[in-house]
Amino acid sequence: MRGDRLAWLLALLLVLACPVQAPAQGFAGMGTEAQGFAVPQPDPEFVFPDDHGPHPDYRIEWWYLTANLTGPDGTAYGLQWTLFRSALAPGEGPGWDSPQIWFAHAAITTPQAHHSAERFARGGIGQAGVTAAPFAAWIDDWRMAGETLEDVTLTATGDDFAYDMRLQAEGPLVFHGDGGYSVKSAAGQASYYYSQPFFRISGQLTLPGGEVPVTGTAWLDREWSSQPLADNQTGWDWFSLTFEGGDKLMGFQLRQTDGTTFSSGTWIGPDGATRALGDGELSASPLEMTRVAGRDVPTRWRLQVPDRDVDVEVGAINPDAWMHTSVPYWEGPVVVSGSHAGRGYLEMTGYE
Amino acid sequence: MTAAAIQALWSHWRRNPLQLFTLVAGLALATALWSGVQALNAQARSSYDAAAALLGEGRFDQLVPRSGETIAQDRFVSLRRAGWLVGPVVEGTLDAEGERVRLVGIDPLTAPGGAGPITQAGDAPLQSFLLDRLIFAHPDIAEALARTVTLRVVADPGLAPGTAITDIGVAQSLLDRAGEISRLMLADTQPRGRPPLDRIAPDLVLRPSQQSSDIGQLTGSFHLNLTAFGLLSFAVGIFIVHGAIGLAFEQRRGMVRTLRSLGLPLRHLIGLMAVELTVIALIAGGIGVVLGYLLAAALLPDVVATLEGLYGAQVSGALNLQPSWWLSGLAIALAGTGLAASGAFWRIARMPALATSDARAWSMAAGRRHGLQAMAGALLFVMAGGLVWLGSGLLAGFAGVACLLFGAALVFPLILDRALTVAERRTRAVRWEWFWADTRQQVPGLSLALMALLLAMAANIGVSTMVSSFRLTFTGFLDQRLTSGLYVATDDVAQAATLLAFVEGRADDVLPLLSADTRLAGQKAEILGVRVGPAYRDNWSFIAQDGAVWDRVATGDAVIINEQMARRADLWPGDTLPLAPGRDLPIAGVVSDYGNPIGQAVIGEELFGALFPETRATRFGLRTQAPDALREALIDAGIVQAGQITDQAALKAFSMGVFERTFTVTAALNVLTLAVAGFAILMSLLTLAGMRIPQLAPAWALGLTRRELGRLELLRAVILAALTLVVAVPLGLALAWMLLAVINVEAFGWRLPMFLFPTDYAVLGALALSAAMAAAAWPALRLARTPPSHLLKVFAHEG
Repeated sequence: MRGDRLAWLLALLLVLACPVQAPAQGFAGMGTEAQGFAVPQPDPEFVFPDDHGPHPDYRIEWWYLTANLTGPDGTAYGLQWTLFRSALAPGEGPGWDSPQIWFAHAAITTPQAHHSAERFARGGIGQAGVTAAPFAAWIDDWRMAGETLEDVTLTATGDDFAYDMRLQAEGPLVFHGDGGYSVKSAAGQASYYYSQPFFRISGQLTLPGGEVPVTGTAWLDREWSSQPLADNQTGWDWFSLTFEGGDKLMGFQLRQTDGTTFSSGTWIGPDGATRALGDGELSASPLEMTRVAGRDVPTRWRLQVPDRDVDVEVGAINPDAWMHTSVPYWEGPVVVSGSHAGRGYLEMTGYE
Repeated sequence: MTAAAIQALWSHWRRNPLQLFTLVAGLALATALWSGVQALNAQARSSYDAAAALLGEGRFDQLVPRSGETIAQDRFVSLRRAGWLVGPVVEGTLDAEGERVRLVGIDPLTAPGGAGPITQAGDAPLQSFLLDRLIFAHPDIAEALARTVTLRVVADPGLAPGTAITDIGVAQSLLDRAGEISRLMLADTQPRGRPPLDRIAPDLVLRPSQQSSDIGQLTGSFHLNLTAFGLLSFAVGIFIVHGAIGLAFEQRRGMVRTLRSLGLPLRHLIGLMAVELTVIALIAGGIGVVLGYLLAAALLPDVVATLEGLYGAQVSGALNLQPSWWLSGLAIALAGTGLAASGAFWRIARMPALATSDARAWSMAAGRRHGLQAMAGALLFVMAGGLVWLGSGLLAGFAGVACLLFGAALVFPLILDRALTVAERRTRAVRWEWFWADTRQQVPGLSLALMALLLAMAANIGVSTMVSSFRLTFTGFLDQRLTSGLYVATDDVAQAATLLAFVEGRADDVLPLLSADTRLAGQKAEILGVRVGPAYRDNWSFIAQDGAVWDRVATGDAVIINEQMARRADLWPGDTLPLAPGRDLPIAGVVSDYGNPIGQAVIGEELFGALFPETRATRFGLRTQAPDALREALIDAGIVQAGQITDQAALKAFSMGVFERTFTVTAALNVLTLAVAGFAILMSLLTLAGMRIPQLAPAWALGLTRRELGRLELLRAVILAALTLVVAVPLGLALAWMLLAVINVEAFGWRLPMFLFPTDYAVLGALALSAAMAAAAWPALRLARTPPSHLLKVFAHEG
């Protein structure tokens, strides 16, 4: 799913230098066509580690990592590290002529506070980029790097926070949709989409109150595409949950202007075996709203996947996990209770 | 009734068109001078602001190369990857069909504080800016630039004049500076845990934000000049307006009495008169603003040249004024009219309904007020003195100047009266006794015009003394500082070594110029290291000194500081200055350092080397008898490029050329203020001429010919102007002293020594006398040609 982020991403790029412009208007400049960019095709054949690197012929791409962490006293923390690539034109160019633009978001969420930061960079000059082997993704001093993607270190700093983590994969890559070809709408828009949801993570958080050693699990999403979404979608609610039994669930719903939703997801077994969830197989409904950054955002949800006997409540660890970035949104750690217990991450966009 | 009242009020102006003209012209001139000067200042300020706002020069700290002009682009990337939030800027000059274009390249993604004009580039600003390789340019160079480059140029009046901005990649290729950066801007907030700058970038220097754009501070003195002129001119104009309104209202007393007797309520009448004055003020203000615009447009080229030459400040050569400027011109005209008319309104309001009307009563009453006025004037003098001695801050300085000027204006009629009384007593001949008595009797009617003349002359003397003193001091200062024949700035230590080897034996003396930025006595400051020698010993003069200054500096036992630091930190010879931890040195001397906003300490070369072992000299002064030959030899041998050498003589000639420009502006304003004052005298004399027939008729009947009467009128004008001049000279000098010793110190931290220019004052006096004579010529001629029948009519009702 995070194809929906396509729209959001393009809008973000457009409002970068134009803060008064509403995101929805951003489409005007770009159109909905691929404009010379490559378009994802069915039956993809991924080649690793090459495909962990960038695909400059596609318009947008990201390396999106979220982690649920626990401190020595049992306190729950959330961590986000995301590197986005967005191309003004397909391909690469030398130096400042590169049409590639990079930006990144980093955050730490504690039960009491939410710290976030963002960075921007041009491609072509070395300030930001990704290499597949050895794996390195960086922007400024923020960095995710290691010999392979299965074993990396992760750093980021903001005005009032920093982290230094180590991640090791304990399971296989997981491919969403049809073998990694993830269809986003009836009109046929699609992206390439796979995840590494089996990271074990440990390291140090630096917070205003001092350093905190933490351990936990992390989930990396890799996705790239060229086509934005339809105009009638106002936002989305995206969940990545890890249950105590070892099963995992990725699910999202797109909210549409007519009040209906379009949902999709992937059920992931402890061994990495997947089953795709089609539209309607997953339902999410808000239980409680919180006033955050001047708007009402649902911070407790009821999530049901009847086919898997899932009927759970998903609640934010810190309802105030607002990302004060160029295009703001809600992203933070959650706790799961009900038919299944566990934890995970929630992302919500489009709440005005 | 209202219509009738309006008609009656208007009929006064119809019968006295000259009075109406005086009122409108006086107000228009006052507004014109004020708003013209404001326009010049506003234009310059908006140009500075545009430069500072766009490039973040005023707002952000910057990293600049310790030596040379260039930072490698890799250095930008390595700083970013070390966690420093910096944005690169490349800057250079392009020649576009003979126009000098300052081309600035930025990276919109990392520029702190936003990306300037690229937000206007349509629906997808970033996309257009980067992909279409747009160049935004100030309208004054946009067209020339568009014809020079193949890229799309967008005119943007929000940019600084002569400036174009584009993506850094585009700028690098246009400037032929691939992979090079001129400076780095630092974001206000930086992430935690960065490595210290001196470890990862020892070749870069942090230049704090205020220091990097001090154009406003540097040019402040120049704008202060202009503002002082504008204010004084306005005051002179308002005197004229006050006179005209006062006279008109007095002459309308009869009409007021009649209208009130007919049943028009006083409140209603005053309202109508206020509306009447408002309409006149708006018309006159409108004319004045247009005149002000023309004045500013005429003077702008000189102002632009002055500012650019003096401070390197770029100011657009085309006036580009905000609507608020036009409105403020009208507002000041209205406010001035209100101020000038308040007394007249007050008197009308208090006048008994059936009071008699007597035009002469007004001027006679003015005479009775002399004593009171003089007392008020004396009080203002005391206030001025108090503000100078006890007050602090620029505002107190200006208030002191205002008190001085208005106090003098108020005391002036009494001084005139006394002087004329003395002259009258010393005279034996009846004719001259009558002449002096008649002159004295005219003083009340002329006093406002004479006050205007007094202020105009005093302002001229004051401002020209200030400007001339500044020029003289600055010339001396240039001699003191530009002691070498040639100045050479090398790129790095290697080039410096080549240079030193080359000039060995070719130059008489080599003076390395060492400097380091630091904080001293809690202020931003610069430490200079000098090689003490005749170049310094013979040329530098001290404001204050203690013993053999240079000997003590040479041995590293003492320090010289500049006047700015001395005044701000109250440090003088005998005090000690902590240069570095555990390094307190006594101050041996204080030198003037005009135009420098920050403090400065001068120490010997060896001590500098001990304090700043990392800093090597890259700039040198070369003393030589044949600068041209040495210059050519340096360039021919390929040691340095032409742009790295500055010739002292050329620099001085350039600076002096700039001052001549300043004088053009000052002289033009001088002539204008004098013209306004001359106009005031003319109008007062013309007004009086009609009323004086009854006083002149008996003199004529007793045997004075009309021609003689006319000649006496001329003589009177000259005598009054001369008396005014006698008072204006000390007043002007007092004004100059306050500008130099009070306002300059408050505004810039340095005090200019005051020099006197008697020839200038003599020329000014001659000008003022000529103006008074010219103003009196017409009334005198009219008097000489008055038909005898008019003079006879005076006696018609007698007998």
